[in-house]
Amino acid sequence: MDARVKPGHDESLVRQDNTDLPSIVVIKENNALKIHSLDEAAARYGLTIGLPLANARAICPHLEVFDADEALDAKKLSDIADWCDRFTPLVALDPPQGLFLDITGCAHLFGGEAAMLHLVSDLLTAQGFAVSAAIAANPVCARTLNRHVHGRIVGDGEEADAVGPLPVAALGAGEAVTAGLRRAGLKTIGDVAARGRHEITARFGSAFTTLLAQALGQGDYPISPRKPLPDYITEKRFAEPVSTEAAIMTALSRLAAMLVTALGRQGKGARRLEASFFRTDGAVRTLTVDTGQPVTKAEVIDRLLRERLDALADPLDPGFGFDLIRLAASRSEIVVQEQRDLDAHVHDNDELAGLIDRLSARLGTRRVLVHLPQDTHIPERAVLPQPAQQHLAAAMTAPWPERAEGEPPLRPLRLFERPEEIQVIAQVPDGPPARFVWRRATHMVVHAEGPERIAMEWWRAGGGALTRDYFRVEDEAGLRFWVYRDGLYEREIEQQDGKPVHWFMHGLFA
Amino acid sequence: MTSARLSTLATLRDRIERIGAQGDALRPRRVSLGHAEADAALQGGLAVGAVHEVFAEAGRQSAAATGFVAGLAGRIAPRRPLLWIRQDFCEREAGALSMSGLAELGLDPRCLVTVCTADVEATLRASADALACDALGAVVLEVWGETQKLDLVASRKLTLAAQASGVTALLLRIAATPNPSTAETRWIVRAAHSPPSASWAAWGTPLFDAELVRNRHGLSGRWIMEWKCDERLFTEPAADSQPLAATSAHRPHQARTKLRSAG
Repeated sequence: MDARVKPGHDESLVRQDNTDLPSIVVIKENNALKIHSLDEAAARYGLTIGLPLANARAICPHLEVFDADEALDAKKLSDIADWCDRFTPLVALDPPQGLFLDITGCAHLFGGEAAMLHLVSDLLTAQGFAVSAAIAANPVCARTLNRHVHGRIVGDGEEADAVGPLPVAALGAGEAVTAGLRRAGLKTIGDVAARGRHEITARFGSAFTTLLAQALGQGDYPISPRKPLPDYITEKRFAEPVSTEAAIMTALSRLAAMLVTALGRQGKGARRLEASFFRTDGAVRTLTVDTGQPVTKAEVIDRLLRERLDALADPLDPGFGFDLIRLAASRSEIVVQEQRDLDAHVHDNDELAGLIDRLSARLGTRRVLVHLPQDTHIPERAVLPQPAQQHLAAAMTAPWPERAEGEPPLRPLRLFERPEEIQVIAQVPDGPPARFVWRRATHMVVHAEGPERIAMEWWRAGGGALTRDYFRVEDEAGLRFWVYRDGLYEREIEQQDGKPVHWFMHGLFA
Repeated sequence: MTSARLSTLATLRDRIERIGAQGDALRPRRVSLGHAEADAALQGGLAVGAVHEVFAEAGRQSAAATGFVAGLAGRIAPRRPLLWIRQDFCEREAGALSMSGLAELGLDPRCLVTVCTADVEATLRASADALACDALGAVVLEVWGETQKLDLVASRKLTLAAQASGVTALLLRIAATPNPSTAETRWIVRAAHSPPSASWAAWGTPLFDAELVRNRHGLSGRWIMEWKCDERLFTEPAADSQPLAATSAHRPHQARTKLRSAG
């Protein structure tokens, strides 16, 4: 189905139509203001799209002129496409003013193709848009029909007959080609189709021939829908829009139960759930919940959605109520039935995964982390934090380097993400600090060990970073620190230049 | 058997174990720390399935307190997963928990899951969820500063949740002073000096000045504890580490404060 919507017609314009004042929308093209779109009153005066504004004012002195806002138009089209989601999940944009809806298999839910077409047109007109729609087996054919007349439904095989009598302008092939066709004496699409294919290609290009073939229903034009089709969808329409939290949660619970039954029939569990809430005034809100392991229980889905709803920074605003709530499993996986022994060990792993899912749903996946060791000796990069949902299994089996037996801890327990600069008095060139000032407190060093020399990775791009000399120091209060000097005296820092030597505090030992 | 039946079996076994354990609720399972005097004061060891508080009174003692809590967690749940719930501000003030540092202390970073929360409220909610999950061995809550939210009511909820699931809760409060709570034990931890040693000898094993200020079922006291990274337990510091003539900076702590029974 193809729907053409004329944006720029919002409620204010509809109201002004009552006063019968013609309104136009102008856009700046080549340094001149030209008409971008107009309403019926203006059309009756003889104005056409593309007419310069000066001419338009000359023809009709009393005109309402609005500036075109293409970004806003595009956003409006996107919002309408979101709204059309309630009819079919496969909605594609056809800018600047059109939408393609793939209604294969959906038409019977709305009482047939004709009923669905009228329903969509009526609902959109009630929202203040001027709509024209057509249904055909091929999107290009539908679009061609739509340019000419509203409300045609063409079955399979009848495209050539339906499209034949239409003028060539309906193909939408561009100014130059259309003018060329008219000059060649081809007024209707039937005339063009009657010509030999090679003649048309030679004169107008193969792109036009493809367009013609698609309009006649011979080629295929796949649309690219905005969102991929989810694996399982359950939805509930409300005759009376719901806005209370209790009703919404009950509806979600029932949908979760239905979804789990549908998944269970194929032995699958959901990995990503999307709950969409469609408001009566057209706004759509979608929430997504990811899980670490496939979910097969309705209570778990219920709980995760509840956590996500509670944690929303911008709460769900029903407006005048939701008239459609949809729950879809956009990613699902086959649940592997493991041969479990009676040990509670596997049960524990599931419990932990469930806890991580709940915490991630509430706080966000980047706040629940596991840590994986990295193959580098730079201290701040030796450990990589990753979201726990996806990397739990990897973290449980990650190879951590063994600690040296008999040695005290060589790495601090607390590491500053950004080392803090300190003022140090130390013996040049390799002496440990004797005294340092950190966060405006002076510390006298009693024990010191070092230096542990860690060179930066010269093989990486931008590897001009200085080598660090790390020292483990203990001050007179018993606190133990990990400090480093940035740069080696002989090779990397030239003291004569007056460039100061920098020492940093990197971590604290237990 | 179907997997549903097996998991039901596992759940039922856990519940039966716990009912049996609740029968002798007066004697919860205790894990010894390794330090003889501390274990004696704790009636055998640290109670599992209870709330323990560790305070670092000044911000600069945060690393010592963290090390102490890590040691306790290592004793209580050596092979089970550990959840560390941390407030964002702690990371900015005192540095983030380093996994390589934990590995150097002898603990296993593979079983650790870190949760970063923005404020105390979120920390408490996350801990409520975590204490309900009996797959964990221990839950550490790291909170910075004084806060009204950690009052008697919150602490009672934590205690009940810990008792119900058997997961131990370790509450690490940094830059805070103790307030009334239902914790099983309350510690104030400071860093202790490393004993003076020859300059070539290895120094730097974690040494804590741990003061048990409140113990529900036993005496309080103050001890110097050393954490042995290889054996993973607390011990008394080596006997020959306190020389006869020490400078004032190295004078060992005075004899343990008079033991008095806690209410």
